[in-house]
Amino acid sequence: MAVVFQKTRGLTDVQTHYCPGCTHGIIHRLVAEALEELGVLDDSIGVCPVGCSALAYDYFNCDMHQASHGRAPAVATGVKRVHPNNVVWTYQGDGDLASIGTAEIIHAAHRGEKITTIFVNNAIYGMTGGQMAPTTLVGQKSTTSPYGRDADTCGFPLKVAEMMATIPGAAFVERVSVDTPANVRKAKKAILEAFKCQIEGKGFSIVEVLSTCPTNWGMTPVDSLAWLQANMIPYYPLGNFRKPEEAK
Amino acid sequence: MAKVLMKGNEAIGAAAINAGCRYFFGYPITPQNEVPEYMSRELPKAGGVFVQAESEVAAINMVYGASGAGARVMTSSSSPGIALKQEGITYIAGAELPCVIVNIMRGGPGLGGIQPAQSDYNQSTRGGGNGDYKLLVYAPANLQEMVDMVQEAFDAADYYRNPVLVVGDGMIGQMMEPVEFKPYVSKYELAEKTWATDGTKGKRGPNIINSLFLDPAKLEDHNVKLQAKYKAIKENEARAELYNMDKAQLVIVAYGTTSRIAKNAIESLKKEGIEVGLIRPQTLWPFPDRAFESLPESCKGLLVVEMSMGQMIDDVKLATSCRLPVEFYGRAGGMIPEPDAIADKIKEMLGGVK
Repeated sequence: MAVVFQKTRGLTDVQTHYCPGCTHGIIHRLVAEALEELGVLDDSIGVCPVGCSALAYDYFNCDMHQASHGRAPAVATGVKRVHPNNVVWTYQGDGDLASIGTAEIIHAAHRGEKITTIFVNNAIYGMTGGQMAPTTLVGQKSTTSPYGRDADTCGFPLKVAEMMATIPGAAFVERVSVDTPANVRKAKKAILEAFKCQIEGKGFSIVEVLSTCPTNWGMTPVDSLAWLQANMIPYYPLGNFRKPEEAK
Repeated sequence: MAKVLMKGNEAIGAAAINAGCRYFFGYPITPQNEVPEYMSRELPKAGGVFVQAESEVAAINMVYGASGAGARVMTSSSSPGIALKQEGITYIAGAELPCVIVNIMRGGPGLGGIQPAQSDYNQSTRGGGNGDYKLLVYAPANLQEMVDMVQEAFDAADYYRNPVLVVGDGMIGQMMEPVEFKPYVSKYELAEKTWATDGTKGKRGPNIINSLFLDPAKLEDHNVKLQAKYKAIKENEARAELYNMDKAQLVIVAYGTTSRIAKNAIESLKKEGIEVGLIRPQTLWPFPDRAFESLPESCKGLLVVEMSMGQMIDDVKLATSCRLPVEFYGRAGGMIPEPDAIADKIKEMLGGVK
């Protein structure tokens, strides 16, 4: 019998701790498949953050380095400078990357570090129990914005992909979503492109992935996907913001 | 090799490259700027990499990454910058990785000043960051010793898989002295870094660099393992220089630049017929407790001299179990103790404990 689909070798057999309906699982699979398909899995070193994906080092079947909150791009810089021919990547959430780690992500891009960042934006701090993130939408309730995010005192949600695209060293910037099979396929393509950008030495690459958090949003997985489509995609438009040929 | 006249901060860089350090991640802060400047100039010539990070926090995390990747790596900073690095240092200690950190100390607290001080003793020896961990801390008193200790620091870091701190005050960083890069024979047998993240190449399972243990029992086990390592470091690495101890009526305890000033005071007191000894800790952690076991019977008390308001004095009291009176003389904020002032304090003590 012909095998038409099987689990990628890029993931271990460890059962993940992610909540039911969370899209981290899909994103893990896409990253692992991309590394395997590009033939770089065994040469790759991943850096996982503090947040829901803090334990990702148990799930990816390659060398992994656990970083402190927000510092994954700095850790990845250290790894990449020692092993410039290996594929080095970070996997970070929005609390990690868009709040405490803004300096590290901006300056990794600014230096044109040849690393790839997978940025999972679910508009909330997941691991710590649903606090407001820089990406939390206006009016969105969280445990630290119980009356809904007030733009007057908390500002408007940070558009990371758009911001990263202003940095000359960022060679590949794209925002994707994993809410439908079609978007999952597009996300996979973007992740492949991002890793290729690194392999070809063209500069820093980042893929922002819109993701759901049913547990902390207080919704079913299906309702969460609908909420993402109705609320996140209009504010965080999908698409490519920078390709290597446009980078200066 | 012949002696060369070098500035302290540049000698640190030269010693590191000589020791095989090929990666340096730093951030400008006075009075250590000549270290990153030297590394940016000289490391590329040695096939190494210099990165000026966006902050001290980023620099130490780059060190964390490079060390995990198997490299000999160093960062340097000065007091407020070292305070910022504490987050990374505790992760590096927790993940059991080797690296060398240099602190050219300046006065604090806060932004403080830029002149020499020794007010980071507690930060250096008490952990600095969160959790139960220790750094091996070398405290050279001259540039030759600095060069030798930097060389040894890399080996000790690799051997124990632990961050090693080398502390100098601003004086050590800024002054010039002749140094010799002597042929070096390591006292450590160093194992291959089979734990490093350099890609599995499909030949082994994944290597994971990590300090996270969500299971309390496993985290406790990890702490017990770390303590066993610190015990070994304590037994093997504590070091002190003893000076003029034989008939000492009083013993000064001082490290780094302060110990040199104390020696001047001791020599001038000798001319007046007053014998004073010196215990100079060369490692601040582990503190050289054993040096205090052999105090001469003539010794009536100890004087701790620091360029701080009194931090090492606690360790001296612990090392002597408060058997003898321990007094303190210090200057702070970048003010340097004068030999005469130390001598006067000694005379005052002798008058008081006749």
